Amino acid sequence: MRLPPGVTSADFSAAIKEFEAAVGKEWVFTSDEDVDLYRDSYSPVWHEAEEPIPSAAVAPDGVEQVQAIVRIANKYKIPLWTVSTGKNLGYGGSAPLLGGSVVVDLKRMNRVLEINDKNHFALLEPGVSYFDLYRYIQEHKLKVWIDPPDPGWGSPVGNCLERGGGYTPMHDHFDAVCGMEVVLPSGEVMRTGMGALPGSKTWQQYKYGFGPYVTPIFSQSSLGIVTKMGIWLLPEPEAYLSGTVMVWKRRDLIPLVEIFTNLVSSGTMRGTTQVISPLWFGAPDPDLDPIRASGNVEALESYAERKKTPYWILPLPFYGPAKIVAAQWEYAKEKFSSIPGATFADGPSYRFPLSADELSKIRDTVPLGIPSMQIFGLLPPQSQGHIGFSPIIPMSGEALLDALTLFDSIHRELGAGGGLFPVLSSFPRSFVIIYLFPVERDVEKNRRTRALYRRLIKEAAARGWGEYRTHTTFMGDISDTYSFNNHALRHFHEAVKDAVDPNGILSPGKCGIWPKRMRKASA
Amino acid sequence: MKKAKVGLLAVVSLMMATLAFAAPPDQEQIEHGHKVYDKWCFPCHGTGLGKPGTDALAARGQKPAVLEERTDLTGPAIKQFVRHGVLFMPMFRKTEVSDAELDAIVAYLTRNNKP
Repeated sequence: MRLPPGVTSADFSAAIKEFEAAVGKEWVFTSDEDVDLYRDSYSPVWHEAEEPIPSAAVAPDGVEQVQAIVRIANKYKIPLWTVSTGKNLGYGGSAPLLGGSVVVDLKRMNRVLEINDKNHFALLEPGVSYFDLYRYIQEHKLKVWIDPPDPGWGSPVGNCLERGGGYTPMHDHFDAVCGMEVVLPSGEVMRTGMGALPGSKTWQQYKYGFGPYVTPIFSQSSLGIVTKMGIWLLPEPEAYLSGTVMVWKRRDLIPLVEIFTNLVSSGTMRGTTQVISPLWFGAPDPDLDPIRASGNVEALESYAERKKTPYWILPLPFYGPAKIVAAQWEYAKEKFSSIPGATFADGPSYRFPLSADELSKIRDTVPLGIPSMQIFGLLPPQSQGHIGFSPIIPMSGEALLDALTLFDSIHRELGAGGGLFPVLSSFPRSFVIIYLFPVERDVEKNRRTRALYRRLIKEAAARGWGEYRTHTTFMGDISDTYSFNNHALRHFHEAVKDAVDPNGILSPGKCGIWPKRMRKASA
Repeated sequence: MKKAKVGLLAVVSLMMATLAFAAPPDQEQIEHGHKVYDKWCFPCHGTGLGKPGTDALAARGQKPAVLEERTDLTGPAIKQFVRHGVLFMPMFRKTEVSDAELDAIVAYLTRNNKP
């Protein structure tokens, strides 16, 4: 039997018996065969000594059972690691950060507690997936959209807590959170926002409640186990309309992004998009590859002109009343026309609800609020998994050019050709780059990948870019870069952690925050 | 890496094996398996656009690429894939697909196998 760190075999056996009494014997997993299912399929440390394999997993079916688990963990000082659907692949999956932790698997807590399509919100348990939520809405013929990320098997609660992003106007997922129920490290249940008012009628309709607003401290956090969450939904829009802006010179990126930023900040453009360079994202091309490798801008522009390939393209999605989205696209074209040579192409447009026939012809349904797994189709066929490196960079053309150069050099070191990475507008007023490092069941390759990843963290930090989220393997590295004033932020986090979770049982090491009893060893 | 390749070969061998001595599954279990399959497998392995599992199998020349249309899948192979994953398909935990549900998936995906 694997043991949690610092816990005796006798204590662990006693704790397992108490877990079994709390949730039922069949929902406590201790055999290697069962516990190994909690390993991270995309682990960059697979089969290495440092791979964090749990000691056990326990799967509660309700908030009272979660409370019982937390109290037992306190009694024996057993580290817990919570997952909702456990599909946070690329960021750790269902594996803990600290080997030997007991995984609290909330997958069985999969109830859609309420959906209101008049005020446009849902109240969910953490085991509900985006697919589950979509099916529920369809079955009940509700006129609301969800905002799924890529891919759709994850949990809305989990994704919001990890501050993920999607594509529709509700793309900033944590921004859509309204009210939580949280089991605190003591085992006490707390409701945030208006939920603190017994009998509240507006738990999912007003975020802040009264007094200090604490809901956000449970995101990317180890301060509680979220057992219910309210999220806002989008009223089904009347129409979707898209168009693409194309510009032809490298430096056109500067005004392109400046105009785009204005459209985003003013609310004219509310969906997520990405800035794409067909010169960098295209299939391998024996004519183009040497030019790209040379970094000769004039030669690249000349190639682009010769092949009638734009240097940059910017797809723009618009959601809302048909007349308004048409006017928004016209307005956008007017603004982008100030860039010499800019051209435009109309893209797909839809009226909702879609017919089954229309739906069957759409490969990527995610921007239309329909969860899918299609993103995996973009991976190389022999892919064994990936980890995301996700820095937030300024929403400016200058920053993008700098990022392109940096990531292309990294990509070349990985030996995979040109710079293939999306630059997304998932969050207001900034871009996020999702650079996918391949992981394999090959120890040496993974070691090289980790070294490159860690170098990139430093390269990004030196430019003033920080990651918004990361794989558990790198949480300490990323935390180290948020070091203003001698790590004042981390010291604050540690003070809160010690006050709220004195035994340090919840998710030790999450986002670089260790409980006091483990801090020395981790420093 | 070598270990992974050997494992993959073993799985492929299992897939090619026959079910000469397997008892036929009952209709109720097949229907249950169909529902479980639709929930857990169809988003990647179903028909239509944007199904990466189907596309990956097609790219490797497997025909038919849609699992529901196969007549050569075996229980051990299906269980191996679900519990251990393959390439970018991860393993699935028992809180996602229980052993009983996995048996039902097997019943559904092997329903058309020739004895």
